[in-house]
Amino acid sequence: MNALLARPLLAAIVLIGFGAIPLLPLPDFWITLWCYIGLSSLVAIGLVLLTGVGGMTSFGQAAFVGIGAYTSAVLTTRYGLSPWLTLPACLLTTGITATLLGLVTVRLSGHFLPLGTIAWGISIFYLFGNIEWLGRYDGLSGLPPFSIAGHALIDSRSVFYVIWLVVLVAVVLSENLLDSRTGRAIRALRGGGQAAESFGVATHRAKLVVFVYAALLAGVSGWLYAHVQRAVSPSPFGVNAGIEYLLMAVLGGSGHVLGGVFGATVVTILKDHLQSLLPKLIGSDGNFETIVFGILMVGILQFARQGLWPMVLRLLPAPPPVKVDTSAEPLPRRPLPEAGAPLLAVDKARMQFGGLVAVNDVSFALKAGEIVGLIGPNGAGKSTTFNLLTGVLRPTAGSIKFLGQQVAGLPARLIAGQGVARTFQHVKLVGTMSVIENVAIGAHLRGRAGVIASMLRFDRAEEKRILREAAAQLERVGLREHLHKPASSLALGQQRVVEIARALCLDPAMLLLDEPAAGLRFGEKQQLAALLSQLRAEGVSILLVEHDMDFVMKLTDHLVVLDFGQKIAEGTPAAVSKNPAVLEAYLGGVT
Amino acid sequence: MNAAIALFLMQDGVINGAIYALLGVTLVLVFTVTRVIFVPQGEFVAWGALTLAAFEAGTTPGTAWLLLALGVVTAIADVLRGEIARTPQALLRAGLRDVVLPALLVGLAVWIAPQKPPLWIAGLLTLALIVPMGPLVYRLAFAPMADASVLALFIAAIGVHFTLTGLGLVFFGAEGFRTTPFIAGVFPIGPLPFKGQSLVVLAVTAILLVGLWLFFERTLLGKALRATAVNRLGARLVGIPTLLTGRIAFALASAIGALSGMLVGSLTTIAYDSGFLIGLKGFVAAIAAGLASYPLTVAAAIAVGILESFSAFFASAFKEVIVFALIIPLLVWRSLAARHTDEEEE
Repeated sequence: MNALLARPLLAAIVLIGFGAIPLLPLPDFWITLWCYIGLSSLVAIGLVLLTGVGGMTSFGQAAFVGIGAYTSAVLTTRYGLSPWLTLPACLLTTGITATLLGLVTVRLSGHFLPLGTIAWGISIFYLFGNIEWLGRYDGLSGLPPFSIAGHALIDSRSVFYVIWLVVLVAVVLSENLLDSRTGRAIRALRGGGQAAESFGVATHRAKLVVFVYAALLAGVSGWLYAHVQRAVSPSPFGVNAGIEYLLMAVLGGSGHVLGGVFGATVVTILKDHLQSLLPKLIGSDGNFETIVFGILMVGILQFARQGLWPMVLRLLPAPPPVKVDTSAEPLPRRPLPEAGAPLLAVDKARMQFGGLVAVNDVSFALKAGEIVGLIGPNGAGKSTTFNLLTGVLRPTAGSIKFLGQQVAGLPARLIAGQGVARTFQHVKLVGTMSVIENVAIGAHLRGRAGVIASMLRFDRAEEKRILREAAAQLERVGLREHLHKPASSLALGQQRVVEIARALCLDPAMLLLDEPAAGLRFGEKQQLAALLSQLRAEGVSILLVEHDMDFVMKLTDHLVVLDFGQKIAEGTPAAVSKNPAVLEAYLGGVT
Repeated sequence: MNAAIALFLMQDGVINGAIYALLGVTLVLVFTVTRVIFVPQGEFVAWGALTLAAFEAGTTPGTAWLLLALGVVTAIADVLRGEIARTPQALLRAGLRDVVLPALLVGLAVWIAPQKPPLWIAGLLTLALIVPMGPLVYRLAFAPMADASVLALFIAAIGVHFTLTGLGLVFFGAEGFRTTPFIAGVFPIGPLPFKGQSLVVLAVTAILLVGLWLFFERTLLGKALRATAVNRLGARLVGIPTLLTGRIAFALASAIGALSGMLVGSLTTIAYDSGFLIGLKGFVAAIAAGLASYPLTVAAAIAVGILESFSAFFASAFKEVIVFALIIPLLVWRSLAARHTDEEEE
């Protein structure tokens, strides 16, 4: 069978088979269970995006479900609105709450967010339980069911379709989102997002987007829940429920949207069985399933941190690789300054860490179309200088002008916006993403498609152009045959070259390379030198930190030598190599 | 509200705050040494109180059997993982430590419980039963993934919390208990009457905090723990076994948790799931201190205690809402103070 058709065909069979479930002569109980699986799936999908893809976590998703459910409960019972009409209100209340909470927490490092979510999960639970207007711990009851053309969807067989239709839409929208410009930015958040930030991704905003999106999915689940259950009370929205949702996401598999649905299915069915089995075994009533759930959670983290869905995926036909359309219109290029024009001017840049002066009033300049090498022994301040230029560090004093504009102290993503691209000394690629997707992050600033456009696939024309650019840059650096491999499968030297391709995708006026030749073999170094010379000929200016003297001497037009944070010499490679101060620094004084 | 009520609420708040301070300090300790955000700390609090209550009632506490089960399972898991070498000596040593010792403690508990031991013996036995659980939990759940991200360790900690809460329900039932105070009676100090137990709480907290300070400042082991907290890899390179420091941190966590439980047991009713909320209030304090500073944690914990007792007076239904919602402004403050440099996490 045609491999390209295998997946859509499988999907169609699964969908039709699934849609037939309510028509089968199964006990009602099973249909109801599947309805609850659908409701949980929505929350779990959001958590997969948040945890598995974005590298954040929330134990408070149940609270968002609660906010959605209570919003609709109040509007339908107290104001007589139709359940269909309350959806925008549910989205609004969960969205606003999530935005406020997100604004507070996304700037914090990883573990404060989940801690915060537990705390507000508890407060919201007690809030529901103590407000008279929301019926205190008894909640609100007598909610109207969904109805279509006067026909009330009370029976679980009819409401099944409503729930799973919503799940289907959520799956499609989420998959679309991940496979887009915004999606790549979100996927690049894992590992701190410093690389993404250097290519213009506003990482705080990307975190907020995925946090709010996950909350909205939970809110929709709550909205459905309210009118399926037709009553709301605080208990299903407590922290324990929040932990169970997270278990679904962890068990299903981080990074796969369908893993969320899978996790929700396994956990919901397991819970049902455990709740009837364990009390009999133990001889008293209680929520003993938490014992098993806890062990399951720790076990998954110890033995299968990627969750169980990847194991299922291995049995399915492989997804087709990202399609590259070479006929797509090329992305517009930025005008490059004329060769010889002043490009970068560093004037008395200074970086002090407490009493340590890592960079001590260093000044140098770079003209368009030049390759300048920044060299010096270990601890000379090269990397710190690099970090000042790229906005990772804010200089204590001094000025850094790029194309006449002051960039000292600007955040990395704004410096990237000026046309400065960089590579990292310690490679920063997202190992699970394919090489071409990693490189496409470099072109982030050359696209503009947002979240909604991505989810609705309005971004396809632009996406084609971005992928074409990424493929072209990979071909240029000689990695064409590795386009679709996961980045982590490449050798370290190749990964460095991938970083260069990513930097080229920004269409840079200046390229900053941090030890690009480290880990390359002789032949690869020659290819790299040839590539850099070619880029220079095209008008791209390059500043590189490098330890391989042979490489530097042959390639650069100008050298700046640092030692102990100070510039000790600069000039042509030939002049610098005879400079006594440089010899002293490198060889420790030949007497 | 008059001055007397205010003073009384203040006293109440400081005493609860002292407990939160102990828990908050332990949470900071465990986090800095092992990077585990140890949510299950609260379970040790509940078990401390419930175990003591069981001894007072003359029944064998379920924690005894739990300790034995935990020891056996951990020993088996460590042998399977190769953490315990498969040599006769190593197996014998592990067997003595993880199986025979817990079994002896179970025997002691079964023998002593019906005789309704004096409070201090019951207290010591409670500690003996619960303290070893800390290192066992560490070996079973966290040591095998010690190099995972903070996030993964945190999720695992939540898993452990889930399991331990469920086990607490199995072994102690859903009913709440109160223990008798270590010192009964009420003592007037200045204008205020103090319960004997309140004085015990304050004294024990002060002694423990000073003891911890001495441990970290004056002993080699304490310094090793601090070194691990500052730089795990560096500590390992100079020969500090990070597995050992992890176990010690967890032993301190279970010890302080159980002690706190025995202290609050006579002040409030404790059920199998009460520990979670008590522990989380310690967390609110620890977060206020950025999960880093001990003195700040203590100060924040006292503040949390006072806030709690005043909100219990003014809006008792919203007590928990107020205390936990406090975390939001705290996070705002942390987030404004935070420098964005978390790049090594994966």
